[in-house]
Formats: sequence, C-alpha cells, structure tokens
Amino acid sequence: MDLKLKIWRQKNAKDKGRFETYEVKSISPDSSFLEMLDILNDQLILEGKEPVAFDHDCREGICGMCSLYINGRAHGPDSEITTCQLHMRKFKDGDTITIEPWRSAAFPVIKDLVVDRYAFDKILQAGGFVSVNTGGVPDGNAIPIAKPKADESMDAAACIGCGACVATCKNGSAMLFVAARVSSLALLPQGKIEGARRAKAMVAKMDELGFGGCTNTQACEMECPKLVSIAHIARLNREFLVAKLRD
Amino acid sequence: MANIFSSSIGKKLIMSITGLFLVVFMLLHVSINLAILISEDAYNAACEFMDTNIFIQIMVPILAAGFFVHILYALILTLKNRKARPVKYAVNNKGEASSFASRNMFVLGLIIVGFLVLHLVQFWAKMQLAHYVTGHGHENPYLLVTTVLSNPLWAAIYLVCFGVLWFHLTHGFWSALQTVGFNNTKWLKRWQCIAKIYATVVCLGFAVVPVYLLVQRYILA
Ligand code: HEM
Ligand code: FES
Repeated sequence: MDLKLKIWRQKNAKDKGRFETYEVKSISPDSSFLEMLDILNDQLILEGKEPVAFDHDCREGICGMCSLYINGRAHGPDSEITTCQLHMRKFKDGDTITIEPWRSAAFPVIKDLVVDRYAFDKILQAGGFVSVNTGGVPDGNAIPIAKPKADESMDAAACIGCGACVATCKNGSAMLFVAARVSSLALLPQGKIEGARRAKAMVAKMDELGFGGCTNTQACEMECPKLVSIAHIARLNREFLVAKLRD
Repeated sequence: MANIFSSSIGKKLIMSITGLFLVVFMLLHVSINLAILISEDAYNAACEFMDTNIFIQIMVPILAAGFFVHILYALILTLKNRKARPVKYAVNNKGEASSFASRNMFVLGLIIVGFLVLHLVQFWAKMQLAHYVTGHGHENPYLLVTTVLSNPLWAAIYLVCFGVLWFHLTHGFWSALQTVGFNNTKWLKRWQCIAKIYATVVCLGFAVVPVYLLVQRYILA
C-alpha cells in the first residue's frame, strides 16, 4: 500500500507545531500501524531527518502506552483496540491518514505525537489504591464476593489508562478513567472501606488538574479500547455525592 | 456537604436537579395546553386556575429560579469544559461516537432561551403576569393563543422550537439520572428509551395545538 501521512510535528512543549506530510510506499496490509510508523522513521533517519516521536511499549494492547488520534478517532478507525493493535488493512491503498496527538489541557504535547499523561498518575496517587498490607497470598474464597460484582469490578479494572476517553471527550473529561478505578474498587469488600475518601480525593484531583466535566455524551465508552461502560460513571457520581452529602 | 458545589460533579448535580424539575414542569404545561383541543371554555378555565391557584402561585417564582439556575450553570459548566480542550483536532469524527443532542446541549439550550423570551412576552406577560400585576389576567386567553398560533409563521417558529426542545430532552432526561447516579448497565438503555418516549410525548403534545389550529383555519374552514 502507498500512503500519504499528515503528521503533527512539534519540537517541544513550547513549540507551536504544524502538520507535515510524508509518503510511505509498499506497506504490507498485514503490518501494524506502529510498524508502518517505524518504517517511516527508518526512512526519515536515512534521509537525515528527525524521526517522528510517538508513544508505545508492549505493542500487544495491554499497557496503555500507545495513543494517537488517527483520522479523527482515538486509536484509529477500529473499535475495542489500541493503536498498537490497529492494522493497515483497515486503510485503503492511496489513503491520506491524519495523525494527531491527544488534545487536552491536562495532557500537554511534549514532542510530536507524545503527550504528558502524568496527570493520570497524580489522580491515582490521590486515592486509586487500597491502603492495607496485603501480606501473603490469601486463601481462595476466604472473602466471598458475588460473581456479578466480581465480574463488574473486573470489567472496570480492565482500564489500561491510555487516555483515549480524555482525548475523545469534547470536554477533555477524565470521568471514565476515574470512574473505572473508583467503581472497580468500590465493588469489592477490600476497596469498599475507603470508598468515600477515594471518590472525593480522586475527583478533587481530577478537577484541579484541568480536566473538564462529564456531559454524558458516551463518546469515551465508544472509543475505550477496553469498553469500560459509562455505568461506572453513574457509580462514581453516586459514591461521590453520597460521600459529600454525609460530610 | 462541605464545598460539594465547588466540584465538577456537584455543579452537574445542580444542572440535573433543575433539569428534572423543568422536565416535570413540561408535563404540567403540556396538559394545560391540551385543554385548547377540548373547548374555549375548558382552556379559559384552565388559565383561570393557573392564575389563581395558590400552589401554582408559590411555584411560579420557584420555576423562574429553576430556569435561571439551570441556564447559569449551563454557562458555567460549558465554559469550563471548553477550557479543557483548548486545541481542536484538525480531523474529528465526532458523529461516530456520540449523539447529536449530547454534543449540542448548550446550543440547543440557547435556542430554547431565545424561544422562552419570545414565548413569555407573547403569552405569559399578557396572561399570568398581567393577573399578578393588575389583579385580572387576559379576558379571553383562548382567543389570544389561537390568534397567534393559527398564524402560519408563528406556528412554524413554535414547531421548530419544539423540535429543538425534543433534542434537548432526549439527552437531558437520561443524562440527569446518570448524573445523580441513578443508572447502571441495564438501566442505561431503558432510561434512554424512556427519555425518547417522554420527549416525544411532550413535544407532540405541544405541537398538536398549532397543527390543530392551522388545520381548523385552513383546511376545515
Ligand atoms: C424547557 C426547558 C429545559 C428543560 C426541561 C431542560 C432539561 C435539562 C435536563 C433534564 C438536563 C440534564 C441535566 C444533566 O445531565 O445532569 C439538561 C442539561 C442541560 N441543559 Fe437544559 N433544559 C431546559 C432548558 C435549558 C436552557 C434554557 C439551557 C440554556 C443554555 C439549557 C442548557 C443545558 C445544558 C448546557 C445542559 C448540560 C448538557 C449536558 O449534560 O450534556 N437547558 N437540561
Ligand atoms: S503499546 Fe501497549 S497498549 Fe499499545
């Protein structure tokens, strides 16, 4: 496949940035999107140009490191996947592909397509944990947990913190990310104990870091590679409001 | 309770409570309107009731406050949300991932504000407000309403605004329940369906009046 790539280039956080157009030729439809970018970068290095900076790590859809807004969608034109799991067969020969970084006040661009997602870590540090010493491996079934609750908790825990929700939301809201953490822990006996404190601390941090609020557009859920449901946002709202009203 | 309303979710709670209050008010409003279809006397009696009933008199200032707060927080939240996305995408495929109504609640709301002002000047000022100020409302509300709404131009404007209201309500209704936390995976689809039914019933109820008057004037006459 021969493709034209319109890629956002930006030297550093201060640079204004601009789109540059590149061409890549004879790309296999079976190569992944990131492999295609690797090929482009090899080409740029051979030409003595600066390669395009983009985030990636596991390349198997589990770490949440890869990002990219591809042709107007977070993680590109496929659903339920991260960019590293996107393949070139989803595009047509001769296509022009526009590649942009995540755009959100809370995720500033550091270089080219790389954004600073440290804000997510700060939210987690504010309350996304259980403060007990876990000790050794506990006996199976020592703490009974109903299967539907365990399932729902696991569905929320599937969040890999990639930030596609923030990137997609027209308000740059982190509600789905925060909800996934709060909900998955609130559903389990070990996490329930600190539920109120966790919800308040994480929401306060989220507000402080410049994320927008939720207007229930559901765009986050549609673009989430792990399909975390906005029903978890309802649970976050409940946990937060009840905690605040009790104060 | 401490500083609940300084948080994003707390502010959103205000939107949803005032929104749900307006949702209930819409039901009352549409019921009163339908009296026009029964008879002149029925509608005038309904207006008399709205002018004099003590419960309604208590609710009118609360309703005005509800509108005011809803619009105020719509502004506050929308401005804050815009700031969270300072740089727009060059290519954005929004339609794939969200509904038209959910993306345009503020603009839909602004159109409703414009309509509200027109509507208050055209009817409310001459009916309920006149009653409060002078002690007696319009001598024949039925005549006032039917004269305006049987005019094709006014009827068209009103019908378009009911369409705008429909969009606002299809999203607003379930969104408000989601905001107060009254939702889960099962109820999400149900609330969205109920919201469509509610919005359709309310807006059809409003729309049937001008349509009925136009038919009466131009087709049956
Ligand atoms: C007939 C009058 C109205 C009714 C019945 C109504 C109803 C609602 C409801 C139920 C909500 C959902 C609240 C939530 O999600 O928490 C809502 C949201 C909203 N309304 Fe209204 N509303 C009305 C008028 C207005 C007006 C005049 C504006 C003015 C700008 C407005 C702007 C908004 C905005 C910006 C939202 C938030 C949107 C979102 O969450 O996506 N509304 N409305
Ligand atoms: S690189 Fe790990 S999820 Fe894509």
